Amino acid sequence: MRYHRPMTFEDAAGLAAAASGVTRYLAGGTDVLVQMRAGMVQPDDLIDLKAIPGASDITRTEDGGWRIGVAVSGAQLGAHEAFRADWPGVVEGLELVGSTQIQGRATLTGNLCNGSPAADSVPGLVAAGATVEITGTGGTRSVAVQEIPTGPGKTSLKPGEVISAILLPPRGEHAGDAYLRFIPRTEMDIAVVGCAVSLRLDGDTVSEARVVLGAVAPTVMLVPEAAEAIIGTTLDEAALEALASAASAACNPIDDKRGTKVFRIEVAGVLAKRAARIALTRAKGA
Amino acid sequence: MKKTHVTTKVNGDTVEFLADPRASLLDCLRDDLGLTGSKEGCGTGDCGACSVTLDGTLVCSCLVLGVEVEGREIGTIEGMADGQELHPLQRKFIEHAALQCGFCTPGFLVAAKVLLEQNPDPTETEVRYWLAGNLCRCTGYDKIVRAVMDAAAEMRQEAA
Repeated sequence: MRYHRPMTFEDAAGLAAAASGVTRYLAGGTDVLVQMRAGMVQPDDLIDLKAIPGASDITRTEDGGWRIGVAVSGAQLGAHEAFRADWPGVVEGLELVGSTQIQGRATLTGNLCNGSPAADSVPGLVAAGATVEITGTGGTRSVAVQEIPTGPGKTSLKPGEVISAILLPPRGEHAGDAYLRFIPRTEMDIAVVGCAVSLRLDGDTVSEARVVLGAVAPTVMLVPEAAEAIIGTTLDEAALEALASAASAACNPIDDKRGTKVFRIEVAGVLAKRAARIALTRAKGA
Repeated sequence: MKKTHVTTKVNGDTVEFLADPRASLLDCLRDDLGLTGSKEGCGTGDCGACSVTLDGTLVCSCLVLGVEVEGREIGTIEGMADGQELHPLQRKFIEHAALQCGFCTPGFLVAAKVLLEQNPDPTETEVRYWLAGNLCRCTGYDKIVRAVMDAAAEMRQEAA
């Protein structure tokens, strides 16, 4: 295995494009090093992105949004008060991944590129309307976060492409987000169902909403019908019931050791209601 | 396999070693530097027995490559006592019998030390969540949590 430490994303993409064998990018390493040890992946070229200037930075963009470097850890993101004030649902999603030790290394970009349908930090990003900046040998392009995972362990990134940052839009006024997951214990587990809601209020009425489910389909899933169920409402009981029904109806889960299909479909609706209530409270500034 | 020359700081001392690019930091600490206090329990980031600090952040050294630590600062269990003077956490682990086989102890101590640096007055719940990534199969955790709380109280100069 060759270990590379490029100083630019263009060089990282160039190394990947020129490689003929198995290539992996290394940021936090909490997935790729485990896979290497288990013998699931034996990279010929391992490209460490952490030396690239900006990779570990959280910066406010000119439009008032955020640019999150690919090597920013959960511990770093959690300690950033201004970012947490804007996007608490994104932070709480990433912070649910693993232990304190894992939080010292694990990254948003890594969680996204690992391609797990149960990735805890991805629903919050999709609900936020986040995009990724992708650098290839021919330049950069931006795509919505939900376009990256294409199935368990699979992404739409082409050989020779690398995610160079995650971009979040400006939060704006009267808005809030939240992420909740169900696990059968209190800590250190993989989501049976996850749900993120981001919404904006105009007075007491929900004017914008995005509802996203995790672990109930082959990829994290944006559910526009669930958002439509609450837009134009005050999130009263009837709206919450409509939200739950739409969320449950969108599920296409599997039975596995963590939960049955029926259970996941039921819990998706429950979590959607609870996450929407928390997002509403945050939007009201409480 | 071509090895890479790595210069880094461990417990304040500059050290050098030659790392196979696939070798974990844990393997480099134990096999190349002779620092065998950090243990390998699982090798997959689940048990915390290999906990070290990397530029002050708590990490599993089994989930860091040796080649990644060029120019960084690492803290291990070997740097915890001041000569013959044990760290309060180490003394309290002995007083409270917070260890039996001792395999997980270095990881617990390193993790608890980082917690008390960030939060000198943690609640029991905060201690338990912080240490959720450190597994112990002997003690049932209660004695460990009590030792950490007592060490925190002593370090704040309060009687527990």
